[in-house]
Amino acid sequence: MRPRTAAHRRNALWIAFLVHRISGLALACFLPLHFLALGLAIDGEARLDGFLKWTANPLVKLAETGLVFLLAVHMLGGIRVLVIENLPWREDQKRLAFIAGSAAIVAAALFFLSVVI
Amino acid sequence: MNVRLYILQRATAAIMAPLVLAHLAIIYYATSKGLSAADILGRTRGSIGWAAYYGLFVVAASTHGAIGVRVVAAEWAGLRGQRLDLLMWGVGLGLVALGLRAVAAVVLP
Repeated sequence: MRPRTAAHRRNALWIAFLVHRISGLALACFLPLHFLALGLAIDGEARLDGFLKWTANPLVKLAETGLVFLLAVHMLGGIRVLVIENLPWREDQKRLAFIAGSAAIVAAALFFLSVVI
Repeated sequence: MNVRLYILQRATAAIMAPLVLAHLAIIYYATSKGLSAADILGRTRGSIGWAAYYGLFVVAASTHGAIGVRVVAAEWAGLRGQRLDLLMWGVGLGLVALGLRAVAAVVLP
């Protein structure tokens, strides 16, 4: 049964659920492209090298930063789900979700800095 | 989602957590060093370790992704029954095929 109000959508843990779901969907859409790009090596080093040179474009680096965030936030959100389901209940669920989101932002920022510096 | 799919979803998540951490470390290393295709393939081609790592990663990610897409299609698109199973198997087998092809491309000598 659907809830009658949308008040729950302002809850931090609902937002954490939504971020986990959308990041998972985005990664599922990206995965075939990632596999196709790596598969270029079948045709030889030159084709993969051509692709790697294309990824040096700043806009691609920005997109890659987004992908690192998606990967990190989905992994950390997934660990949060595994902790909830398998370990004794903790009262600080919102804090754990906040830590997961913050750590993913730090991971993406570190990646961005590593490619621009 | 039945119990078998639920367990598979959680098991692949647990398997992938350390694999993703290693993948992130590899991404940082490769991009910060500006590795070329020759540098990357020189490390991966002929390596049983990289073949096992990426092979396991591809199978776990494809299984996890296919079950995840199934859940979202059921809850957000209202898909049910055989269509839902077809979608899951299509996504899963498609990802495994593309993924293992990519693994073969980077590890086979």
